Amino acid sequence: MIDDILNFLDPYWWLIIGVVKAVIIAVGLLSTVPLLVWLERRLMGRFQVRLGPNRVGPFGLVQPMVDAIKLLFKENIVQKSADKFLFYLAPAIVVFTAIVTFSAIPFGEPFEVGGETIGLWGANLNIGLLFIFAVSSMGIYGIVIAGFSSNNKYSLMGGLRSSAQMISYELTLGLTALCVVIMSGSLNLYDIVKSQSSMPYAIPLFPAFVLFFIAGVAETNRAPFDLPEAEQELVAGFFTEYSGMKFAMFFMGEYVNMITMSALVTVLFLGGWNSYIPGLDIPILVFAFKVFLLLCVFIWLRSTFPRIRYDRLMTFGWKILLPSSLVIMLVYSAVKVYSLSA
Amino acid sequence: MGVTEQGLLERDKDTMTLNMGPQHPSTHGVFRVVLEMDGEIVKSAEPDIGFLHTGIEKTAENKRYIHCIPMTDRLDYLSPPQNNLAFCLTVEKLLGVKELPARADYLRVIMCELGRIGSHLVWLGTHALDIGAMTVFLYAWREREMILDLNEMISGVRMMTSYIRVGGVAKDATPEWLDGVRKFVDYFPAKVDEYESLLTNNPIWLDRTRGIGTMTKEEAVLWSMSGPVLRASGLNWDWRKRKPYSRYDEFNFEIPTQDHGDIYDRYLVRVEEMRQSREIIKQALDNLPDGPYKLEDNKISLPPRDTLHTSMESLIHHFKLVSDGVKVPKGSAYVPTEGARGEVGFYIVSDGSNTPYRVKLRAPSFMGIPGMCKMMEGAFIADVVAIIGSIDIVMGEVDR
Repeated sequence: MIDDILNFLDPYWWLIIGVVKAVIIAVGLLSTVPLLVWLERRLMGRFQVRLGPNRVGPFGLVQPMVDAIKLLFKENIVQKSADKFLFYLAPAIVVFTAIVTFSAIPFGEPFEVGGETIGLWGANLNIGLLFIFAVSSMGIYGIVIAGFSSNNKYSLMGGLRSSAQMISYELTLGLTALCVVIMSGSLNLYDIVKSQSSMPYAIPLFPAFVLFFIAGVAETNRAPFDLPEAEQELVAGFFTEYSGMKFAMFFMGEYVNMITMSALVTVLFLGGWNSYIPGLDIPILVFAFKVFLLLCVFIWLRSTFPRIRYDRLMTFGWKILLPSSLVIMLVYSAVKVYSLSA
Repeated sequence: MGVTEQGLLERDKDTMTLNMGPQHPSTHGVFRVVLEMDGEIVKSAEPDIGFLHTGIEKTAENKRYIHCIPMTDRLDYLSPPQNNLAFCLTVEKLLGVKELPARADYLRVIMCELGRIGSHLVWLGTHALDIGAMTVFLYAWREREMILDLNEMISGVRMMTSYIRVGGVAKDATPEWLDGVRKFVDYFPAKVDEYESLLTNNPIWLDRTRGIGTMTKEEAVLWSMSGPVLRASGLNWDWRKRKPYSRYDEFNFEIPTQDHGDIYDRYLVRVEEMRQSREIIKQALDNLPDGPYKLEDNKISLPPRDTLHTSMESLIHHFKLVSDGVKVPKGSAYVPTEGARGEVGFYIVSDGSNTPYRVKLRAPSFMGIPGMCKMMEGAFIADVVAIIGSIDIVMGEVDR
């Protein structure tokens, strides 16, 4: 009987493994979000000489869950003047793209179970980097649609700001990531990590690393580049009209994006799960630790810097970041061409 | 253009009308401004006030003078002693009081300067928060908490102290309180340095504040600006120096000024003012004279409590003052004082009875609103909140 089932399933193993992996990644990622929210609130509390949440559960760990439950039970408000379909669609796009982006990120060496090789990634694509850029830039549709469908002027301005911001910073993101591609000679993220086994690219590609991280902060709409949701100017920016679970989805999208961006920086520049310290090689933990450090930097930035003004953001993106990333890219390509010919 | 039947953008004009406030995170209470926007740029700004109308000026006409003092606390609720002082000085002028006991004046000065520091701390925190730097906000709050504790120690109330009374102050300062103030004075300068290390040379802060909301000296005078805004535009004007009251001439302090008149200069002026206020408090503590803390004229201030059982006169005065209040001679008076936001003064008309005939407040925030809206023209929407923050409006004294 069991043999029959196994025989029947035999050609579909790839599908089953894929589904299980997808579920694990999605659930794992979404359950990291409350932890990250907790981490941010606690850490910000420390930065700001206060305690942060510490009442619900040990160290206030349950606080984000409680908040999520509160949001879940909130009344579902859609104002009359909103475009209903788009209004519901927007948060779905944001969360969907955020999670799908993560699926292409490898976070450990593949291992074998019963003759099947299981890789620690959602999908090992040979154009992984391109896939990530393609999907993550789709997330902006969610924001623009949210701003547009709310029929609120503040939301509209938030949506406009975010589209302008994402377009300008994605170029820098792409150009600096190209440096890594030039050095490693592959768009496959697994190969990129493998090629950093002796040294993380953050060292030879330091300028590109810094620019990539800055653009990454802008890409995830985090402070000091959090213009689309600038609370003091635009009330809440593109999600002004959202409440309850729809708001929570935007919130979730932002934090998943933060995690994805940190993971991407880890893969591209910090050598992924390579630990570089002999004896300390539990791949997933090394990877998680690097991501954790980058997330702390995100939080640190938020509690330190004032917000950049809209026009300065564009000037900074187009006149400083883009030319310098272009120059860096050209320099590294020249180095690569020279080393190949030599 | 319109998204739905209501339409987001009107087709017949190129601009978008954006309503900001009264419910908006950074309009400092209930200030409403209607902005005519061209993209992110403000074409014109029209202020709308009155959402916090309290009718304090009108109510004062039916209250005895002593009862007006707690109401003045609620005008500029971020530096209440200053309003108490402005009101009491005017009443004292009407009463013909020439001089108060030195200790009364010194205690008034300490309270007012503590109030000024407290007010500037709120300004610094909220202003930085408006521009997106949220940590400074909590740092400023930490120090303000100490001032509120001191307020509580001396008057029993944390914010609305009503400590300054006609003819002196409510009660004498205790040694514990003076120790507390000294502790604050010693502790505070390092904290100002801390705020400055977060903001003064921060490139983003400079970017957001320099050259924005600029007002020349002439414009500032023309638009009735006063206080730090005027001084940031280059005019050295401070009532504490121009026409000293409460023995401010006995203290050694400087009036900080700047030249450009932009948001950054206002920031520098206010931060320096906090340091100077701390200097004044320090000097007041060092030279605090002994003696009575209020006038000994029992027609104006209450006689000492312990004399009530032994002196018939004291009992009569006490009864008359409490039941009937001070009768203020006929006339009108105005005494300008330098509040945290600028010139604070009450114009009081007295008809000779125990209630004022008319009270009119010269509120710096109210006077600052037209100039503020003028500054907004041509600015970005992000600058609008920065400009509101730099004028430091308090709606309590705008709508009264």
